[in-house]
This record gives sequence, C-alpha cells and structure tokens, in this order.
Amino acid sequence: MNLIDLTLTQALAGVRSGKFKSVDLVSSALENIAKYNKIYNVFLTVEDEKELLSQAKIADESDKSLPLVGMPIALKDLFSTKNLRTTAGANVLKKYRPVYDATVVRKLKQAGAIIVGKLNQDAWAHGSTGENSDFGPTANAYNLSHVAGGSSSGSATAVALGMSLAATATDTGGSIRAPGAFSNLVGFKPTYGRVSRYGIIAMASSLDSIGHLTKSVADSALILSVTAGTDPYDATTGTAEVPNYQDLLKRTDLKGVKVGVSPEYIAIGAKATHGMDPKLEEKVEEALNKIRSLGAEIVEVSLPYTKAALEAYYIICPSEVSSNLARYDGIRFGQGRDQFGAEAKRRMMIGAYSLSSGYYDAYYKTAQKIRSLVSQDFAKAFKEVDVVFAPVTPMMPPKIGENINDPMALYLVDIFTVPVNLAGVPALSLPAGFVDGLPVGIQLIGPHWSEQKLFEIANVYEQATEWFKTKPKIANKT
Amino acid sequence: MNKITLTDEEILHVAKLASLFLSTEEIEKFKPQLISIIDFISKLSDIDTSKVLANTKTTNLVNVFREDKIDPERQLTQDEALSNALETHNGYFKIPAVFD
Repeated sequence: MNLIDLTLTQALAGVRSGKFKSVDLVSSALENIAKYNKIYNVFLTVEDEKELLSQAKIADESDKSLPLVGMPIALKDLFSTKNLRTTAGANVLKKYRPVYDATVVRKLKQAGAIIVGKLNQDAWAHGSTGENSDFGPTANAYNLSHVAGGSSSGSATAVALGMSLAATATDTGGSIRAPGAFSNLVGFKPTYGRVSRYGIIAMASSLDSIGHLTKSVADSALILSVTAGTDPYDATTGTAEVPNYQDLLKRTDLKGVKVGVSPEYIAIGAKATHGMDPKLEEKVEEALNKIRSLGAEIVEVSLPYTKAALEAYYIICPSEVSSNLARYDGIRFGQGRDQFGAEAKRRMMIGAYSLSSGYYDAYYKTAQKIRSLVSQDFAKAFKEVDVVFAPVTPMMPPKIGENINDPMALYLVDIFTVPVNLAGVPALSLPAGFVDGLPVGIQLIGPHWSEQKLFEIANVYEQATEWFKTKPKIANKT
Repeated sequence: MNKITLTDEEILHVAKLASLFLSTEEIEKFKPQLISIIDFISKLSDIDTSKVLANTKTTNLVNVFREDKIDPERQLTQDEALSNALETHNGYFKIPAVFD
C-alpha cells in the first residue's frame, strides 16, 4: 500500500472497513517523505515520527466515525500550529513556534486528521511558482526541473507524491489553483469567508481564501465539510450552512448545466501575457468539448475587466501586504526586518507607494473601483450561467529559475486567477491532461457560496476523464 | 500617463514608509523592477471610473458582531506571550531604545 495510489476518500473507506490501518497510511507518508523530501524540497518541518505513529495507533483503536479519522494531512506553512514551527516560507519566521492553532488546524485535528508537517511555499505566499521561498523552490512532482506552482508549492508536491493524502493551502490570487493545475491535482479556493482565516498568516486580508489541494473532487468536498463554517474569530466567515458536500455528488452527467465561456477573458489574458501556450490552449479546448459532450450547454458570457483586474490586483494586494507585514518588527516574535526577501520588499514598497499621500486616489482607490466592476462582471455572468469555464494559467509550468530576474513576468501568470479573488467567488482547478508529460488544468468558477454546485459539476468531468489516475514518474536519485 | 520614473530618493522614501533599509546594490536592483511594476499598474488610470463606487466588502456582509465575552482558551500566559521574543527582560519584551 502506497499513499501515492490512494485518494483520501479511498483511504478513509479502507480504514473504516479494516482493509488497512492509520498506522499503515502514516508509515507510507513517512516512507515517501524519507525518499523524496530532499530531492523535491517539500516539507519545511516534519512532525516527530514517534508522535505521528502514536497518534495513528490511537486513531486505529478509536471510533472510526470521525470525518478524517487517522488521515495523514499536511499544512501549508502559513497555518499556525501550536508548538510546531511555522515559517510562512520566510526567514523572518524561521524560528517561530506559534502558541495557538489556527481555527482550521483545530477543526482538522478534532476531525481526527494527523498533521504530518509543514509545507514549503513562496515566502508570505508571494508568488506563483514557489521560487520565492526563502528555503528554496519545490520541484514539480511530474518533472524535477520544473516548478510545482505557487505559492502553495509544497502542498502540491506533497499530495502528488503521497507524502500526505491532502494538504491545506491558501489562495489570494491563484496560489491554490496554479499549483493544482501544474501538479495534476484538484485545487480548491472557496468563497471568501467560507473558511476561517483565524491563525493563518495574512497576505492580503480582503483576498485571502483558505482551501486545499487533493487528488479528487470528492476529497476536496470532504475536507471543506470539515474546515468551512462560522468562526467568531473571523468576522468575514458569514453564517451560510455547511452541508456534507461529499455526500451530495450524485450527478452523473451535465444535462441542464449552463457553462459560461468568455472568449475575451481568454483573449485579453493571452494578449497581456504575450500569447497563450498553444499546446495548453488545445488541451483547454479539448476539456471544454468534453464538458459539452457530457451534456452541458456552453454559453458565451462577457467579462471585459479581466486585464484591469490584474492591474487592480497588483495594487490592492501589495497595499494590504505592506500593512500586514508592518507587524513584523522582530520584538514579540520573528527576526528583524532586514531578514525579508526580495519579493516581500518589492511588494511592501509597491504597497507603500500606492497608499502614500498624493498617490492614494490614483492607485488604491481606483483599484477598489475596478474591483467593483470585476465583481459586477461576474454577477452579470452568473445570471446567465451556472459556472464559468477558464484556463488556470496562460503557460505550462516553467522551468525552475526561468523567470527569476523578471518579477513582472511572474505576475502575469495570475491573469486568469486573480479576477476570482477580487470578486470573492469560489473556483477550482481540475486536472485536464498532459502536454509533454507536464500536467494541464482547467478552472471552473461559481457564484458566491456555490461550492456544492462547483463540486457536482467538477465531479462529473473528473469521473469521465480520470486524469488523477496518471501518476508522476518519480525521480529516483537519492 | 507618462512613462514612470523613479529617483533613488523616491525609492528610499517608499522604503522608509515600509520601514525597510536598502543597500545601494538593492536600490540599483529594485529600481527597474519597481518601474516596470508601477508602469503596469498605472494603466488603470486609462479606465473611466468616475461613476463607479469603490468596493469595500467582498461578500456583502455588514455589522458582524460576536459576544463580548472573554474566552479563557484564547488567553496566553506571560511565558507563552514571551516565548518567541528574541530578547526579554524580567518577564517583559525588550525593545530598542526609542529616545536617543
């Protein structure tokens, strides 16, 4: 038994039926970590082995009805874990040990999950390739010389290589969906506020969404059933009910489903980024045809503010970053401000610039107005369609180091993902095949609080294609 | 809008606003990068937004309150609160001098 071959749902069923034990799952995770962690640079901190095995043993001897009983799960290193080092991928926090658990971490533990460790990421979640980590880039599970996608880079490779059955992640401008697409995984970004941000190190507070990466849609739905809900410590969580999402995946075709496609969304995005990768575009087209053949009606919708959305994002995000990172003074916790990496410095300076006297109206305020227009774009589209279909990124996973001296080129990776964060709507990336051995993803976007519908539609596509069954060819040099 | 320019002084000014200290090499390295980013985000001003209201809430929630009650589970002990500080003194945080 190897974690790499199991979905979370399958592992849970196996533990409940007695086919295997939580101890087997945790041992497999630890084995894969021992084999691949050094090569792919995935975990920043691994929990003590004895501690993990003892937790698994307790799970094996206890009630199996808990929703994630005995399941090895790993966390992006933005999630505060009591007494377990939490770095945000940044040198500033290289020795930080939180004194409390994030709400999501507490919920996962209460649901029976076993927290294997903390995952590499772009420092402070600033990036779309994982290369901005102060601890080095994480390699792509499908090709060692390419990036895993970011900022949740470790989360992607950990799940793809069976080091954990699922991994939590955060998405402020695409940081779950890009690594999902680059790593043949389901990357799920919920509605803003669906999952509590309490205890998760903030990047841009009005955009941060708390989600996860999994092998399948059912796995993703299962995790959301645990993590979603009202939290008194995050006033933006709302009071919408949390169903057992995973039990509602009954649909077997897409008859009656209206899927929106915006040719201008794709064209504007492609133009802004010097053209979309043609092989990738072909795969995305293929996926749309598949969705059509499953019974969906494809409807053209208009989303004219796509390019403006990216510009607005790179004002709003750095502005909030400069404010959130102001708290790191090296006094109460963390190292001094001289320890910040280049990307954090760039974003803080851009933020300080756009918020500064004389520039505020031209930059920050205008960007917030554009944000209204982007939200209206989506609201209008969702009057016509159930979901919007789009690519995830305009390019295939780049080679590690390819864009390292051109931060602007990396910002453009986010063209298809940031409008979603500005509008606060939910979206997910889904495996859609391969180009030259590297994974391709597609994106489905839904209206606020439409997680259930997104999962149902995504599940039909996944079951008809089963791309998640294509496993990485693992690099064996140790 | 004209092509953006940034002087060393302007870069040092935003660095100061962000409480960052830049070396001469860093100013040189960041200058073209910051110019290209600001040039990119400046394109927003081409769009007429005079009649648009600025967005302030993503999912339209208003006036969210919680009970005004102390949760003992969220209270840190003094030791916990100090546990990550680089320097402490007699149970307090030690900070750099504010006055000369």
